[in-house]
Amino acid sequence: MANFSRKLQLDWWTIVLYGLLVSVGWINIYSASYTESTQAFFDFSQIYFKQLFFIALSIVLIIFILALDSKFYERFSSVIYLVSLASLLGLFVFGKNINGATSWYAFGSFGLQPSEFAKAATALALGKYVSDIQTNMNEWKHQIRSFLIIVLPALLIIAQPDPGSALVYAAFLFPMYREGLHYIFLLLGFMAAALFVGTLSIGTKWMALMIAAMALAHFLFRLKRNKRPKWLRYAFVTILCIGFSFSVNYVFNTVFEQRHRDRFNIVLGKEVDEKGIGYNTNQSEIAIGSGGWTGKGWLQGTQTKGNFVPEQHTDYIFSTIGEEWGFLGSLAVVVLFVSLIIRLLVLSERQKSIFGRVYGYSVASILFFHFFVNVGMVTGLLPTIGIPLPFISYGGSGLWGFTILLFIFVKLDATNYIHS
Amino acid sequence: MRKLLLLALVLVTGVVFAARLFYLQIYDTSYQKLSENNAIKVVYDYPQRGYIFDRNGKLLVTNQPSYDVMVIPRNVKPLDTLEFCALLKITKEDFISIYKKDSIYSTRLPSVFIPQLTKSEYAALSEKMYKYEGFYIQKRSLRDYQVNHSANVLGYISEVNERTIKENPYYQMGELIGTGGVEKQYEDILRGTKGVKYIQKDRFNRDIGPYKEGIYDTLPTRGHDIMLTIDAALQDYGEKLMVNKRGGIIAIEPETGEILALVAAPNYDPSLLVGRDRSKNFSKLYYDTIAKPLYDRVLQGEYPPGSPFKTLTALIGLQEGVIALDEKIYCHGGYNYGGSKKLGCHHHATPLSMIGGIANSCNSYFATVYRRTIDKYPTPQEGIDHWRQHLLSFGLGNYLGYDLPVGKKGLIPDSEYYNHFYQYPKYNWYSTATISNSIGQGEVLLTPIQMVNFTTTIANRGYYYTPHILKKIVDLDTIPHKFTEKHLTSIDQKYFEPVVEGMNDVYHYGTASSIQIPGIEICGKTGTAENYIRVNGKRMQLTDHSVFVAFAPKDNPKIAIAVFVENGYWGSRWAGRIAGLMIEKYLHGEISRKDMEDYVLNGSLMEEYNKPYTGEPFKINQ
Repeated sequence: MANFSRKLQLDWWTIVLYGLLVSVGWINIYSASYTESTQAFFDFSQIYFKQLFFIALSIVLIIFILALDSKFYERFSSVIYLVSLASLLGLFVFGKNINGATSWYAFGSFGLQPSEFAKAATALALGKYVSDIQTNMNEWKHQIRSFLIIVLPALLIIAQPDPGSALVYAAFLFPMYREGLHYIFLLLGFMAAALFVGTLSIGTKWMALMIAAMALAHFLFRLKRNKRPKWLRYAFVTILCIGFSFSVNYVFNTVFEQRHRDRFNIVLGKEVDEKGIGYNTNQSEIAIGSGGWTGKGWLQGTQTKGNFVPEQHTDYIFSTIGEEWGFLGSLAVVVLFVSLIIRLLVLSERQKSIFGRVYGYSVASILFFHFFVNVGMVTGLLPTIGIPLPFISYGGSGLWGFTILLFIFVKLDATNYIHS
Repeated sequence: MRKLLLLALVLVTGVVFAARLFYLQIYDTSYQKLSENNAIKVVYDYPQRGYIFDRNGKLLVTNQPSYDVMVIPRNVKPLDTLEFCALLKITKEDFISIYKKDSIYSTRLPSVFIPQLTKSEYAALSEKMYKYEGFYIQKRSLRDYQVNHSANVLGYISEVNERTIKENPYYQMGELIGTGGVEKQYEDILRGTKGVKYIQKDRFNRDIGPYKEGIYDTLPTRGHDIMLTIDAALQDYGEKLMVNKRGGIIAIEPETGEILALVAAPNYDPSLLVGRDRSKNFSKLYYDTIAKPLYDRVLQGEYPPGSPFKTLTALIGLQEGVIALDEKIYCHGGYNYGGSKKLGCHHHATPLSMIGGIANSCNSYFATVYRRTIDKYPTPQEGIDHWRQHLLSFGLGNYLGYDLPVGKKGLIPDSEYYNHFYQYPKYNWYSTATISNSIGQGEVLLTPIQMVNFTTTIANRGYYYTPHILKKIVDLDTIPHKFTEKHLTSIDQKYFEPVVEGMNDVYHYGTASSIQIPGIEICGKTGTAENYIRVNGKRMQLTDHSVFVAFAPKDNPKIAIAVFVENGYWGSRWAGRIAGLMIEKYLHGEISRKDMEDYVLNGSLMEEYNKPYTGEPFKINQ
């Protein structure tokens, strides 16, 4: 153990940013869940106290992760991945249905959400496969295999159904692109995600019209520039896109059961907003917008206290920050996230092993995806997709999942650095 | 490139989010207001409105709780409509139409479903209220009238109108405000100050506690009680005497200017404007455009004063030095001033000096005095303006400044008025053109309260206090300074005594000798005022108004009074009798001349009032 501390060259930037984000999270969860009538602080039924417990357990997890040998993660990545898949499969037998989704293993009053841990497992498996000396990202066979690694857990998660969490797996396209995947896949992935969310948000009819209009506009634009565009190709792409939209719609309305649809509607924010007037986004924008420069002060947010923003301690926690800490506070959180992700990208690029680089990229991409979708939704720039803001949103599984995801990389980075 | 794509995306995302946050939080300031509307409810705590007492401490107006059934349409669950309707004593059709109306106003905000339930209706309903979700009962404080008179004095409270809300930010939609009489005049004192509570709401519009621990909240302060100068017994008696007559009685305590009684007839029971039938009753009163019960004839009625005005002609003549007290003037059945016909006079002894002139109300005598007054000056314009200045010093021709919210100026014409009327300088005019002013006909118009004011001045031998209705604000013991300020007239005080003697003779030997009351020295002056109206564009003369002004006792007077009975004919027939009864009631507390009381109480002029509306020719002055 004497060696232990000398050998561990931990990246303190990452750790400090992590600590700050978790602290900001707890302070705002306290505000979002606090009520005047609350008497005892040490009340385990209180959300903020539970989160404090989750944070404490995270520290235990961190110590455990850092204590394991870094070779363990690479060597056992397949096992971890398979265990993770098994845990997702096991949900269909042992899972507990909460809010219409069978995403949880219940242990008394606590629940574990395996999909939150599956991200780290998938990242490990992808890193392992891509770093294999025989893998070439430009070969069909290898492409399909690496896609399978990603899509398998995603499909299991969609079936729970938890479409928000499944969508996050699109983030793995970034590390694959980094390792040589053709950019067209990134584009297709983006388009598929946009079509998927668009279809469920505004319906096939409008989606089809939009696609057709965009294709026609692009076609005419090219025609005007005298580029002689091939109209057949345009027609093909347009029909393909509309077909995809229709099939999403078909799957949603025919293949899925009502409980799936209900769950999708929850994630897409249609549950609270039965009139379709953007209630959640509206209230969230009001909360953030009323913050001004410095905010209303901690525990002083009227939107937060009045519980106007649904799911405010989880997916909409950023609106509490905006309301109570103002522009300066919310900008600080944005800066923290951007700094952490950039730091992770910098660390990834300096990894000696491809495994470490792919894993690091996966971590950065997943965090970025969550950050992008969540803050975009809360500030009204993106449609409603219910996924949490990493380290800040309330939830044990979420916090642990992201902590494990992040600190495995911290460990990989620490040893990698020493060996160089 | 492959290394930089994600990095670039992260940076761009960061910048876009920063810009979006700047837009939401700094640039667009509308969100601040939106969040306040969202989350903070203002609840008012209404204080008790001050009570109103009469001058002897008798309670006139208190408060009673009233219960409104309120509804928030979106919270309403299916209910047993028939049972609910039976409890509220409405039909199912009523229920549907009211519910629709309230839903159109707002489905989220409460609106009144059935206003102003009585206590017993409330008791029956309140125990079953839990069955009807979305409905609740809201308590309000309404006026409770302890008397059935004085409605014109007390005024009423009603929901504040939009104009007032705009002018005065204190008031909110649906709040109550004094709308007439002392309720309006002393609104600020009676109402107190409402308390404010800011309550934090959640997204279901539920209260979740005080906003910022209540640091902005204020407590209500109770309104002050006020004591009026009105003598409730006298007021009540006056209203009874005026039943089936139109006009008014106004009585003042000369040494203070306190209004003892202010009776406008016809009147109504103030309780009519409280409770469920309020609006029905109000429109009934409001749209009675012939009897005009909401019109205060004492304060707003402008009448030719008739003969009582002769006392002023006499005073001005004495002050201007155009007549000596003992100078006797002949009357040959009228005063011939060179016009097409003479100013007629009734039969009486002649010649008469001033005291006899007043006692017998000789038109010739006062026409002579008036003409001399005007002609004393080089031009009639100057003469009229000097004459007018004297009258203004009695508080005539302008608002008196009393503390009730309605009033009229009356009319004391000036030279401009006649110049305009006679198209001077194209045509000249002379004192004789205005000769009718001498006897209170002509162009002069006074309100009854102005008439009692000059009577008070004569009673005081030369001064008056501004008439007022507020005796004191309980706990504060003050009244405005302007009511304790003595107003002197432009007439030397030594000239008043002979006029008083003349008015005393009116009572003993003259036109009012029929109303003599044992043991009371009254000084008075009768009046019989010609008047005209237009019906369907046709001008017609109606029976003369019966007018009487008086004060008593002669020395150290306790009451001055003016009585005006529309179309009552002779001054002594109605107004004189009523004044006599009022004076006796006030000074002695009981009535000795039952014959006179019965005559007045049972007498009705309704037939007289209906004459012009029958459409048939009718006779007047019978």
